[in-house]
Order: sequence, then structure tokens, then C-alpha cells
Amino acid sequence: MALVLEGITKRFPGVLANDNVSLSVAPGEVVALLGENGAGKSTLMNVLYGLYTADEGRITIDGEEMSFDSSADAIAAGVGMVHQHFMLVPVFTVTENVVLGQEPTGFGGMIDRDTARETVMNISERYNLRVDPDVLIENIPVGVQQRVEIIKVMNREAQYVIFDEPTAVLTPQEVEEFFGILKGLQADGKGIVFITHKLGEAIRVADRIVVMRGGKVVGEALPAETTQQDLANMMVGRSVDLTVPKATASPGDVVLEVRDLVVLDSRNVKAVDGVSFDVRAGEIVGIAGVQGNGQTELIEGITGLRPVMSGSVRMGENDITDAHPRDLHQLGASHIPEDRQGSGLVLDFSVLENMILDSYYDRPFSRGVFMDWASTRETAQDLVTQYDVRTPGVDVPVSTLSGGNQQKVIVAREFARDVELVIAAQPTRGIDVGSIEYIHNQIVAKRDAGAAVLLVSSELDEVRALADRIIVLYHGRVAGEFAPDAEVTDIGLAMLGSAP
Amino acid sequence: MTDTQVPEKEPTPPKRSPLMDRATGVGTSVARSLILPTLAIVTALIIGAIIIALSDIDILRLLLEDPGVALGQMVNEVSRAYGALFRGSLGSIRALSESLFSATPLLLAGLSVALGFRAGLFNIGAQGQMLMGGLAATYVGIYVSLPGIIHIPLTLLAGFAGGMIWGGLAGLLKARTGAHEVITTIMGNFIAVFFMQWILTTPGLQDPGRNNPVSAEVVATARLPRLFGADYRVTIGLLVAIAFVFAVHWLLYRSSIGFEFRAVGSNPQAGRYAGMNVALVVTVAMALAGGLAGMAGANQVMGLEPYKATPALAGAVGFDAITVALLGRSNPVGVLWAALLFGALTAGGREMQGAAQVPIDLVVVLQALIVIFVAAPGMMRALYRVKGTEEKSTQLTTGWGS
Amino acid sequence: MDKVETTTPEVVVRTSVEERRATIIGVVLMALSAIVMGVFAFGVPPDASSTFNLSLPTDAIQGVAWTFNSRIFSAVAGFLIFALGADRLRRRNLERTNLALGIGLLLFVLALLAWAAADSSFSLVGMLRSTVISSIVITLGALTGLTCERVGVINIGIEGQLLTGAFVAVILSSAFGTWAGVAGAMVAGAMLGALLAWLAIRFSVDQIIAGVVINILALGLTSFLASRVLSKAQDLNAPARVLSTRIPILADIPVIGPMFFDHTFFVYVTLILVVALHFGFFRTRWGLRARSVGEHPKAADTLGIDVLRVRYQNVIGAGLIAGFGGAFLALAQISRFEENMTGGIGFIGLAAMIFGRWLPFGALAAGLVFGFSGALAQKVGILGTGIPSEFMLMLPYVATVIVVAGLVGRARAPAADGQPYIKQ
Repeated sequence: MALVLEGITKRFPGVLANDNVSLSVAPGEVVALLGENGAGKSTLMNVLYGLYTADEGRITIDGEEMSFDSSADAIAAGVGMVHQHFMLVPVFTVTENVVLGQEPTGFGGMIDRDTARETVMNISERYNLRVDPDVLIENIPVGVQQRVEIIKVMNREAQYVIFDEPTAVLTPQEVEEFFGILKGLQADGKGIVFITHKLGEAIRVADRIVVMRGGKVVGEALPAETTQQDLANMMVGRSVDLTVPKATASPGDVVLEVRDLVVLDSRNVKAVDGVSFDVRAGEIVGIAGVQGNGQTELIEGITGLRPVMSGSVRMGENDITDAHPRDLHQLGASHIPEDRQGSGLVLDFSVLENMILDSYYDRPFSRGVFMDWASTRETAQDLVTQYDVRTPGVDVPVSTLSGGNQQKVIVAREFARDVELVIAAQPTRGIDVGSIEYIHNQIVAKRDAGAAVLLVSSELDEVRALADRIIVLYHGRVAGEFAPDAEVTDIGLAMLGSAP
Repeated sequence: MTDTQVPEKEPTPPKRSPLMDRATGVGTSVARSLILPTLAIVTALIIGAIIIALSDIDILRLLLEDPGVALGQMVNEVSRAYGALFRGSLGSIRALSESLFSATPLLLAGLSVALGFRAGLFNIGAQGQMLMGGLAATYVGIYVSLPGIIHIPLTLLAGFAGGMIWGGLAGLLKARTGAHEVITTIMGNFIAVFFMQWILTTPGLQDPGRNNPVSAEVVATARLPRLFGADYRVTIGLLVAIAFVFAVHWLLYRSSIGFEFRAVGSNPQAGRYAGMNVALVVTVAMALAGGLAGMAGANQVMGLEPYKATPALAGAVGFDAITVALLGRSNPVGVLWAALLFGALTAGGREMQGAAQVPIDLVVVLQALIVIFVAAPGMMRALYRVKGTEEKSTQLTTGWGS
Repeated sequence: MDKVETTTPEVVVRTSVEERRATIIGVVLMALSAIVMGVFAFGVPPDASSTFNLSLPTDAIQGVAWTFNSRIFSAVAGFLIFALGADRLRRRNLERTNLALGIGLLLFVLALLAWAAADSSFSLVGMLRSTVISSIVITLGALTGLTCERVGVINIGIEGQLLTGAFVAVILSSAFGTWAGVAGAMVAGAMLGALLAWLAIRFSVDQIIAGVVINILALGLTSFLASRVLSKAQDLNAPARVLSTRIPILADIPVIGPMFFDHTFFVYVTLILVVALHFGFFRTRWGLRARSVGEHPKAADTLGIDVLRVRYQNVIGAGLIAGFGGAFLALAQISRFEENMTGGIGFIGLAAMIFGRWLPFGALAAGLVFGFSGALAQKVGILGTGIPSEFMLMLPYVATVIVVAGLVGRARAPAADGQPYIKQ
């Protein structure tokens, strides 16, 4: 009685994503699948869920061989998946999302709304997943959306449930609640695969931990018999330092001064609601908070990408409230944007062109309207070497680079100048550990060179490792300020909006 | 795009297609880039032949009585049509001149659409911009009297300005209100036609003694001189158009304005982040695109008999320009070759209509088919079993969702 | 259920953008009021009277008409528009803006008609009736568009589908009768839809480009065949005109009767289709799945919904609607085929889809607005007002630009509209 994956191999052009991977999970068991981004965890689970077809290997459930050509097949066989990026239609109600694909219908294919609603209520009660069945998904918080995802899976009577990085978007307290739900499912006899890259969580909830690296299973451990350091070594294949080495900060003058800032989001709701703080030269201020609590709008407001409703932003002597991004660039501010591929790069452009994306307008890259490609090429080649960008050359489209190397292109571009202010939003999201370490060191180096650094990250660990001061945002307001060695639970409470 | 869904990819060297290496000996990039268009043209001609064969009612009736004879007549009909198509495009010096003559406005308007594509804008309004450019050129061509050496550039410039205003208006609407340029430029085409129908009947512009919308002749100093004597219709407009191939190429790839066009065209959000004025870029790009089309319109007034403006002066050039730009992959040099090809088809089509009584509209069908095949390389590969690297399909336009 | 966490997004601050739009609309209304006062009210003799006929010669009840003093009527209308504009400028927000703009434009048009019909009479019902007729193709075009876009495929080839439908309808109707014509047109529309879907889905061709090329192909092919085939065989370009089917009793109601219940079957089918599509999209399993594909195809895929299949189905099915529209154009409105006879109406349909917020009833309402502007152009042209007819003919196209420029407010398009879905 178990779900078994045997010898799964999956190739993408140029990449061996899964290399002869085997994994099993029994009913009532929680297996943690641990690994770095890009280790092949998600690929494996997408194979299991029928979204990818494996090139080799087989899947059996209770000894019976399965062939999953689509997620419909996987669902029919009792496999459910809660995706990292929720698969919910924002403009549909909770009920519509739950029944989609399995709609109770009456005459003429008409949806039986009462039955649908009842279904949601029943599952909601049974597993203690509190939701309002009639609200639109776009109007509910992420934690509740996750409950909807779980209800969806339960409605399909899944026996085996895959959770792909389920805690990434949750506050520490929401994580606790989620673990409670997980125990409930386990007690109900469900087999659970829990994908994560957070070592502590794996040790806490799993019955068994399977570690993947570079597309292979590199080890297995029982939580009681392992340590975080052991697991980390397995994950990255070498001894890693979980902390970033840095000296004590010696803050200087105030470089960035934000006062009573109010910024609206795209729905015209106040996303940043009266935020004030300073960032001084030579210090790193980290903004922590659950995603969607105004971080994006705060950065966009400061950098001139989103109009400021009220309040002010000053950089040194200059008022930069509602300044144009170009003005900030000229004043000596660098910005690593949150959305690497959406804002930071033009994916169709070459590495070379991306290296000058925001400085093309001036010497030495152009004179008047005339581009100087020769000197641009020289600079770009230097930067590629200096910042260790792994690329076949500066003329290849940046889209062919890995995520980590794409991010290094941005870091090279933004850090190559002498700057007074560095704004780094989610600088290491979704990239490999080598690049993370490298970028962390670069940020600390910028600080030590005297720049004021504003760091935004949804990874609390990252903020704690890098920042000299931590500011927590909740519902667009400052919910607390902490030293980097403050208790996680205190920071967590602030992230939830309850001041310690 | 999420990073976790797709595994981190190490850069891979582009794969080579064995067949193409064999076919070209070395697999040079030029040969590789020619093989698909060639297959597309051949396939379009084959389908065109079938359309010609199956659209003759008399032969179709005969098919029921005497299939053998009917099939013979079909082959006959197709070879007559394609023979004329070839004769009219490449078969003589005059044919070559006609091809170049037809390519001239296609080239200018094609550059207009290509420039738009590069800036992320789909300019379907070359037609209307040509009318407005033609109108402005007509004014200057009728009312200004100067020596030719000044009058001709001035009139062309007026054409540029006329088209620039019409195109820039669509750009401004997009920049200020987000109105999608596909719809506003199409509407601009219709509005321009009605506007021409009205203004060409106003006194001072209308050809005296006419009651339909036709302008007076532009004066001799504003007419484009013919390149190879009075017998051949190709004018210096062709040289002007070719000069603009280089100008547009320089603008796009050697100037910081072009850098902004291409950055905003490919990723407007990144453009904004990088400090570019996206609204300005959109407006200027549409205005310049309109200007190029406006010059094509001026060419239709200044470059051919009877040197008059009518609401139909653009013919179908504005729409053919879209196919020219697509076939040329929005690359100025590619547009040059595409314009020459479609110019030849147009010239040949006129001969085909005259000598073989096969309507010139077939050329439009051929153009559409060629573009479909070029835009869907997978189709050609499947049809001809050409192996090749799976190209990423390019999304040139943006919908109204964002 | 003890506690449910929901945040209701609350629009707390009016943006400057909104304020500016409110100001623009206020100024536009003021300008309209100035025209109404200056031209329509005081451009006629003080004692001129206008007559709006409310019955048609074919009606059962005759002689219903409304006669009034032209100047007083326009002056009152002008004053009301002025009040609306002033109200907008005072409020500086967008509350019920569309309603104010709608009423303002309606008053403006009525004043325009009163002015044009000064010292004569004008068939108001006739104009409303032709509004309904002109709206049909636009509505069908909009329904085609929204059926595609609700599943995430932009169809800009509607124009070509209408044109091809019209062509096929003419030939088959001439040869085999009306029903063959209608059926053939629908099949032709569906085939072009299939081509669009194939290019967009199978080969990931940019959807807008695929649509434009389909338009060019349709224009070229129909023009080619028209001059090669129809010119030789004139009898194939002579379809029987489809006549009106009067609905007993209902057609005898004054005003409403001739407007809605004395038409060809095309009109009735269109109205039924609007209801059916609304019901289908928002009440049935098919609709829920279709909309999920247009909003979040990946989510639909993870639930076992075949995204590409749904897209094929809808785009091809939408082609049937467009083909039907082409048949209406060719068999009921014009009764023969002419080169490029659609004249951009497919694109107006697309604008009607946007104006109608991707909703079937919205498509109908938008179709009626555009149809009205077309009918207005015709009727005012006939009355002879000194306004060049070309400017009246521009009206629907200008209205389209105004609509897409968002002066009247826009809704959100389906989130995945225009994006190819590539399954790994």
C-alpha cells in the first residue's frame, strides 16, 4: 500500500532535470522532499501529477502501474497537488474554484450551485479549513487561498497529496496553523509529500526526509537522527555557511529618508499607509513581511515607478518624491528590482544590451543619440568577468542564462557604479545557492563601501542574515522594528499584525 | 514565469539541423535563414495554382464531361497565369522596372510597420497614414513653386509630416489612454478615407471640372524624376526608400533612440524601470512609423501618373506593408527583400490580370499565405520534414489585457 | 464557521487620473451643451416645429406622432446637458459617469434630430428600427470576439470571417437557397476560426498577427473569386432576399413592435444567441470551464481541463457565429456580394466587445449604440443639414476610437487574453 516512483528520468533541452529518481510515500506518512531551487523537486512532482511526462521510469499505486498523461489522470488515481503558485482563478468565487473540473450539474449542464456550496462547507468543516464559500479569491489573503487549494484537493478525494513549498508565502503563525492541518490530513490516512527547502520545517513535520540535488536523490534521513547542518551539506554537496560573514555596521549620515509615505496599489487601495523610516550610509535595513503587505508598492513608490499619494522621500539633500527613475539613477541610486524578468531585464536583449539597460543614455555608452557599441562591449566583457556571470559570450540573449546568472547580470549592472543608495528587492529569489552566497557578499561589500542599503525579502532568514536593522511591514504600515538577533516569534507576531 | 517550475537551464549551444547542414554544405546562417522563406514561397505558389485551377467555372463544368481535357486545360491555365506573373515581374527590363516601381511604396510602408513592431506596436494604419501623407504632399505639390531640387524634398517632407501626425495621434492615444493601436489605427484608416472624400471635393484642392474627389495635378517640379528615362516608371523614389532602409537600420541599432524603442517594445516594464519615458517612446515611434507611411503616400502622388491625389491613392499598399514587414521579420534589410519580392508579385500580377485574365487579387492571397507559412515555421517543417531547432515563437504584439 | 478572514478592498482615495477624467467629461458635456444652445436651439426660427413620427407606414396603428417647438425643445435639452456637465465638474469623481455621459449624448442627439427635422417630420421609429438592424452584425461580431477572448484567444480576424461568410452565403444561397447559404456561411466562418486556432494554438503564432493575416487572406480570396467566378456567373450573385417575419400581435405594439418584432429571422436568432451565451458562460459547466481557461489556463490544466481543446472548441464555435453574421449581411441587408463589403464592421464589433465588457448583453447594448450612430449618420444625411455626409459616415469609427480610448470607462479583459498556452 503505497505510492511509488521508480527510476524517473526527465530531460529538458540541455538539462537533465530528474536522473533516475525513486521515491515512495505510504498512507498516513509525511515525506519531506528537500532540495535547492533547481534540484529537480518540482519537476519530479509535476511528473507525478501528470503535468510532465517522464522520459523513463514508472509510477505505481498499490502495486498497480499508472500512466499519467495529464493531471486528469493523476487526479483520477487519487493524487492531489497544492501548487506553490496557487492554481486559483482570481475572479471566481471559492466555491467555483473548488468545483471547477468536477462541477455538480443539473439540466442542460447547469451548475447546481447549492450542491457545490454544500460540498465546500462539508470539507471545510471536516478538515477545519475555514473559508467563506462565496467570496472572490482575489479578495482573500494568501493563507486563506491556501485553504481553498487544500479543499480543492480534498474534494477530488485525493489519497496522496503533494504540497509544493506550501510555507513560502505564510507567516510563522500561519505556518503553525498549516502544520496543524497537515497533521489532520495525516491522521485521516493521507500520504503526503512535502516539498521544501527549509531544513527546520522538514525536520519538524516529516516522518522521513528525502534530499535531492542536481536532479538526483542524494540521501535520505529520519528527522530524529539528523541535524540541519547535515541536511544542508547534503543539499548543496559541500559544507555551507548558513550565515553571511560581515563586520558590525558603522552607520553614517541618513541617505534615504522616507516620511509618512502613502502609495496605492493597482486597485487604488492604500498598499503603503504612512510608512516612515531612515536608511543611513553603511547600514543594511531589511524590510520583512509576508508578501503582499505593501513591500512591492513601497519600493515602487520610492523608486518613482508608482505615484506617491502623500508623504515624502528624500535622498541626501534631494527631494526624490515622485522623481523619475532616471533622476534616481543620476543621483547615484541602484535598484535591483523584485521581478527580475519582468522589470530588471529585457529577455530578448543580449547580455551586452542588458548590462547598459539603465545607463545607455550617457557616456561612455553613447554620445548624443549615437551608441558607442565598442566601448559598451568592453565594459560588458569586464563586468561578465568581474561578477562571474557564466555565459558563452556577451552577445547571447540573456534569456538563455540561468536565473542565477541573470540576476548576476543585474547585480553587475547596478553595482558597477559608485552609488550611495542600494535598493535590493528579493535579490536572491529562486536562484541557486552559489549565486545566493555571491550576491549576499556583494551586498555586504556595498554596505562596507559606505552605501545605504534597503533590502526587501520575503525570506525572513535572508533578512535576518543580512540586515543591521529589520523593519516589519504589515498591511502597509510599520509593525515593528527589530535587531537582527531578535526572537523569530516576535518578528513573526509583528508580521501577523499583533505587536509584541 | 516562475523559476521553480522550470529547472535552471545551463546555456546550451544552438543545435544544428543535419538536413540544413547537408543542404547548404556549411550551414551558414544566411542559407539557414533563406530556406524557410523559400519553402513558404513555393508552397504559396502551389496553393495559388490550385486556386487558379479550381476557380474557372467553365473548366469545372467540363470536368464532369471530360476529365482528361479539363485537367489539361487546368494545367494550361495555371501555366499561362504563372507565365504572365513571371514575365510581368522579371521577364524583361520593363518588367524589372515595373517590379521596382511597385516595390517603392511597399518598401516605405513596410519600414513603417516594421519600425512599429520593433517598438512593440502593431501599425495597421499605414493605409490611413499614406492618405494623410499623400494629402499633405498634394498641398505642397500644388501650392508651392520652387525649383525641383528643393521642391521634391520639401514635398516628401510634407508627406512625412502628414503621416506623422496621423500615426502620432494613435501613438498619443495609446500613451495617454491605453487605447490599443490595432483598433485606433484601423479606425484611422476609415476616418482618413472619409476625410479624403470630403476634402478632395473642396474648392482649391479639387481638380477643376470634376465632381468626384480628385485633386488637381501636382506641379512638375514636385514630381519624382524617372530613373531610367521616360519609358520606365521607376523613379528616384526607390533610391529615397532604400536610403530609408539604412536610416531605419541606423535608428534602431545604432542610436540610443532605437535602443529605447527596442527595449520598450520588448518589455515596457523594464523600460520604465530603466528610466525610459515609455509614453514618449510609444508616441514618437508611432509618429515616425506614420511618417514613413506618409512618405509612401507622397510617393503615390508625386511618383506616378496622373500625379493626383484620390481617396484610393494608397491602393492596398498599406495592408501589403504588413505582410512585407512580417516576411522581412521587421528587420530593415529583410523588409527590403520582402518589398522587392512583393513588388515583383504585384507587377507580375498586373500582367497576369491583363494577359491571362486571372485577377490580381491572387497576389494578395499569395502574400497572406507566404506570411502564414513564415510565421508558423513548424508548419513548413512538418510539411517538408525539415528538422530544425524549435524556434521560440515571437509574440510581437500585446493584447488589450494588460 | 466562527471567523472568516476576508479583506474587502476599499477604494479609499480618488486618484488624480479619475479626477482628470471627470473633468474631461464635464468639459465635454459643457461643449455639447454649447452646441445644442448655439446651433440647434438658436439656429432655427423661433416658431419652427419638428415632428417625430412614431409609426411606420406598415404599422397597424397609424398616425402616432409627436410635434413640438424645435427651439424650446433644444433649449431645454441644452440646459439639461449643461446641468449634467456642471454636476460632473462639481463632483470631481466618477460616480455614475457613464450614465451622465449617456443621458447627455442622448439629449444631444435628440436636439440634433429636432434641429435637422425643423419644419419637417422625421421617422423616429424608422431610425430606431434601422438601429436594431445595423446593430446585428456588430453584435454578432462582438459575440464572436468574446467567445474567443473568454478562453484567452484574441480574434482580430472577425472581419475576414464576416466577409467570407457573406461570400459563401451569396453563392450557396443563389444556387441552392437561403438555408444552404446560411449553413455554408457558418461553416466557412468556422473554418477560418479553425485556421486561427490552429495557427495560434498549434504553432503559437502571435494571435493578433494571425488574425490580421486571416483578414488579408479572406479579402484577397473573396475578391479574387468574385472577379473570377461571380463576374462570369452573374446568377451566382443573386441570392433571394430574406424577408421579415412579423411576429403576430407583438409586432402591432406601437414603437416597440416595428423596432423588435418585425425582422428577419437573423435578428431573432441573434437575440436568442445573446441570452444563450450569457446563460452558457455564467450558469453552466461549459462556461465555468471556458472562463477558467481564459483567466488562468494553468489552473484549469491542473484540474484536468484540456485547455487547448477548450480553446479550439470556442474559437471554431465562434466562427459559426461570425459566419452567420456574414450571411445576414449578404442575404438580409445587401442581397449581393461586393468586394470588401464588410467595410471594417468586424473591427467595430471588436470595439463593441470591449465596450460591452466581454459580456453577451454588453455586446448587444454596445452593438445598439454603434448601430444607432450608423443609423443616425444615414437619417441625418437624408434630412440634409449641411453637415458633409462624410463626417456623418465617420461617426461609428470615431465612436469606436472614443470607446477604446476609455472615455466611457473600460473593464478588465480576461487575464490570459492573447497569451499562448504551452504545456510542458
